[in-house]
This record gives sequence, structure tokens and C-alpha cells, in this order.
Amino acid sequence: MQFALLIFEPPEAFAARNADENDPYLGAWRAYHKAIVEAGIFVGGNPLQAPETGTTVRLKNGKRRVQDGPFADTKEQLGGFTILELPSLDAALEWAARCPAASIGAVEVRPVSPEYLRRVTG
Amino acid sequence: MKMSGSEQESAHRIIHRTVERVARESYGRLVAYLSAHTRDVASAEDALSDALVKALRAWPRDGVPENPEAWLMTTARRSIIDHVRHEQVAKASEPTLALLREDSKEPNMTLSPEFPDERLKLLFVCAHPAIDPAMHTPLMLQTVLGLDAALIAHAFLISPTTMGQRLVRAKTKIRDGGIRFEIPQERELPERLDAVLEAIYAAFGIGWDDMVGVDQRGRDLTEESVWLARVLLRLMPQEAEVHGLLALMLHCEARRSARRGPDGRFVPLSEQDPKQWSLPLIEEAERHLGEASSRGRAGRFQLEAAIQSVHAERGRSGRTAWPAITLFYEQLIRISPTLGTQTGYAAAVAEAKGPKAGLAVLDEIDLAAVSTYQPYWAVRAHLLQRLGKIPEAADAFDRAIGLTEDPAVRKFLLQRRG
Repeated sequence: MQFALLIFEPPEAFAARNADENDPYLGAWRAYHKAIVEAGIFVGGNPLQAPETGTTVRLKNGKRRVQDGPFADTKEQLGGFTILELPSLDAALEWAARCPAASIGAVEVRPVSPEYLRRVTG
Repeated sequence: MKMSGSEQESAHRIIHRTVERVARESYGRLVAYLSAHTRDVASAEDALSDALVKALRAWPRDGVPENPEAWLMTTARRSIIDHVRHEQVAKASEPTLALLREDSKEPNMTLSPEFPDERLKLLFVCAHPAIDPAMHTPLMLQTVLGLDAALIAHAFLISPTTMGQRLVRAKTKIRDGGIRFEIPQERELPERLDAVLEAIYAAFGIGWDDMVGVDQRGRDLTEESVWLARVLLRLMPQEAEVHGLLALMLHCEARRSARRGPDGRFVPLSEQDPKQWSLPLIEEAERHLGEASSRGRAGRFQLEAAIQSVHAERGRSGRTAWPAITLFYEQLIRISPTLGTQTGYAAAVAEAKGPKAGLAVLDEIDLAAVSTYQPYWAVRAHLLQRLGKIPEAADAFDRAIGLTEDPAVRKFLLQRRG
């Protein structure tokens, strides 16, 4: 079954994205990605640009509301996601603990919902 | 005389500490004794927590009883009996009725301070073959040590709800599955004891990896497992492997503070300063190892302890006798050919005979089995680097880094990778 690892990172982690090639956080992510691919469990995923590049849209009573910045105003922000194919939540939690973001931010593990996808796509 | 507010407060603190201390010392003994009668671990635990709550209410008022453990036992047993009466005595099982009968023999609600220590039976129940092996250690931590499910869940990297459910399921199985509270027969003892030792060592392993000690509320799991091994040893002093397990854990514990530099940096064993190792712990480990070998029955834990003993020897001689370690690993592989043993053997061979020979040992391991086994990749990376195979080494380093959970190890490997 598929699990999404939702990567929440503090501002320092977003700042480190512009660091040079030898940045340890970048190195840790490269290694983590390689380990996931080599383990044959990588389905997909992407990093996201910094939260301040986000724009949030709502319709309230038929009126458009556009807000600069991310949906939630928290210290740790969604920095990306990875989808993994794994036999169990236990295995997904192990991979979440290995994620470089786990020791500086947080990693939320959520099962992907193919049932709901089927209902949506018909 | 009326106590002032602050006097009262400090009296409360003392009582609280007393309850905590009694709970720590006696929890497993009380749960084991109560559940050995009823086979119902969950209600023994419930009854005991009720009794602890009552103690916190009664002791400040009436004073701490002369024998707090007996007080808790009597109160807990009363609560089980009340519960059974409430649930219709007609439905009560024979063991519970036995408990009721025993209670009626003691109308004044006192209990002899000496009640039999049933913890050994409880340990064997927790590691019973009918119980999911993954639950052996969590069950022990909860029933014998009284650790709460959330804490165990953190250590096992499982959600607290799931861990709670799994513990409940395992206890239901103990109650309803006819698992007997008994010391196994001679014939099956080695295998059954092995499961108990494995479960204790698993707790130690988790505590060992969890260096950062994220949860300050929790008592350290390595200490808890050493404590469990000591309990087991008191109950089975004649078993060589119990001495072996305790020796192994004490040798590792002796190096605890040497594993990190002052800045939190990871320090591998080969670079540790032996002056930072705890000599008393090493000496105690050696005594147990000697005790084990005098019983003339080798086993997995004694061999692992012997390997650690050779490492400890560096504190005295200044060098590591790698050929001796290699020999111990060869024996160990024969009885316990795990990935950990094979990887350790490869590292030892590399030190004794050179990196090429070590790499040859690694190459014999099935690649599919090591795709998520971090130590394999760390050793492989190290050996490839020593052989000057830089791109291959970098690749193996990445695998090792990507599989690491510990930020200090990750940093160390990133630096080594270059």
C-alpha cells in the first residue's frame, strides 16, 4: 500500500536550500533519496518552494478571497512530500524516522486513499 | 497539630516519592503474583493502578504502612475480587475463585510480607511462543516494569493507539488462550529461555540506538533491560546464558559516555578513549562472563559478550586482538547467522586480514536482505574507502547515511564520505 510522507520543515531548512553543494542537509537528503530508490519503494514526490511563495485561495459566500502565503500559519511548514510503496504503517514509520527532516522538523505519515480516488474518478 | 501549607506540600511529595519507589520496586512482583493466579494480566494491572491511586490518597492521611508492598497487594487483590463479584461470581473462572478462597483465609486483610516472586513465570508468559514475537518485549516492559503504552510506543516507533491495542490483544490471548504461568519443562527450557533473553536484549538494543533520549519522562530502556536481566539472573542464577546476556549489556553500558564527544559528535568504538569507559561495569561484566564460562555451556550471548570483552581489553593493553574477535564471530555465525553477526564478522576480518578479505565476507551476504540494513552499508563504505574505491565508497556511504535515524551518526558518515 502507498503512504505519503508529508515533510514539515523549520525556516532554517528552507533557507538551507540555497546553500552550496557541501551542505550537510542537502547531502542527507541525497542519501535518503538514494536509499529509498535502492530499496525499491519510491513511487513519487516533490519538494515545494518556500511557504512564502504560496498563495491561498478561498471562496467565501461566492466572493473570492486570496491570501499571500501558506494556508496554515505554523513555524514548521510543508516542504514537500514523498510517496512510498510499503507493506505496512510500521515500515512507513521507520522510513519517516530516517528522513532528514524528522530530526529538525516533523514527518507526518498518511496512507494514500485509493478507495476515495476510485469514488472520485468513477 | 495542624501542618502548615508548605509542610503539607513536602509531606505530599515524600508520599508521592514513596509510592513511586514502591511501584518501581514492586510493580512486576505484584502484577506477576496477581496474574499468576488469574492469568488476567490486564486486570492485575488495573487493580494495581487502582491500589496506587488509593495509596496516594490514604498514605498522606494514615501514614505510610509498615509494609507498603503488602498494602498494595491486599488493596489490589481486594479490587480484583470486588470486580469479579460485580461481574457475577457464577461466571468467575477457577483461578479467580482460588484467589477468592485465598482471600477468605485472611479475613484481616493482611498479607505476609513474603509472597512468592512469580516474575519468572510472567517473563516466560510474555515471551511465550503463542504470543507474536514482536510483542514479547513490549509486554515485558509493561507488565514487569510498568512502563506505559505511550512510552513503549515511542521506543518501538509505533503509534501509541496501535501499541495500546496490540498490548490489549496480547493480554487477551494470555487470559483466554490457555497460556500457563509456569516455568517450562527441562526439555523446552533452552528455547523458551532464549525467547526471554532475546526480548530483554531487544529492549536494550532499542535503548542503545536511541542515544538522543528524546523522551525525558522515560527511564532509559538500556537501564531497564539491565534491570530485567538482573531480575532474571536472581531467579535463574544457574543459567550460563543469563550471565552472558548481562555481561554483554554491562560491557556496552560501560562505554555509554564514550560514544559521544563533548559536542555531541558520534565517536566510533575504535576511536573511543578507554579512560572514559566505566571500569566497575567492565569488571562486573567480566565476573559474569567468567561465571558463565565456568558452567561450560557456550551460547550466543556469551560469545557476543566475549567479543565485547576483547574490545574492553584495549583499555589495559592499548590494542585490540582482532584475530580473537574473528574467532568468536566464527563460532557465533555457526549458532546465530544473523545479518548483524555476518556484518560484524566482516568488520573483524577486515581488521585482522585487511579490507579486501572483509569485503569478500560482505559479498557473500544476500543483497536483497541488506537493502535496509544500515550497518552493512556503513562497513562496506568504510572498507571500499580503505581500498581506494572512491565512487563505490561514496555510493555505499549514501546508502548508510540514508538509512540512519541518528543525526549524529548521519553527520559522522557525511564527513567520512567527503
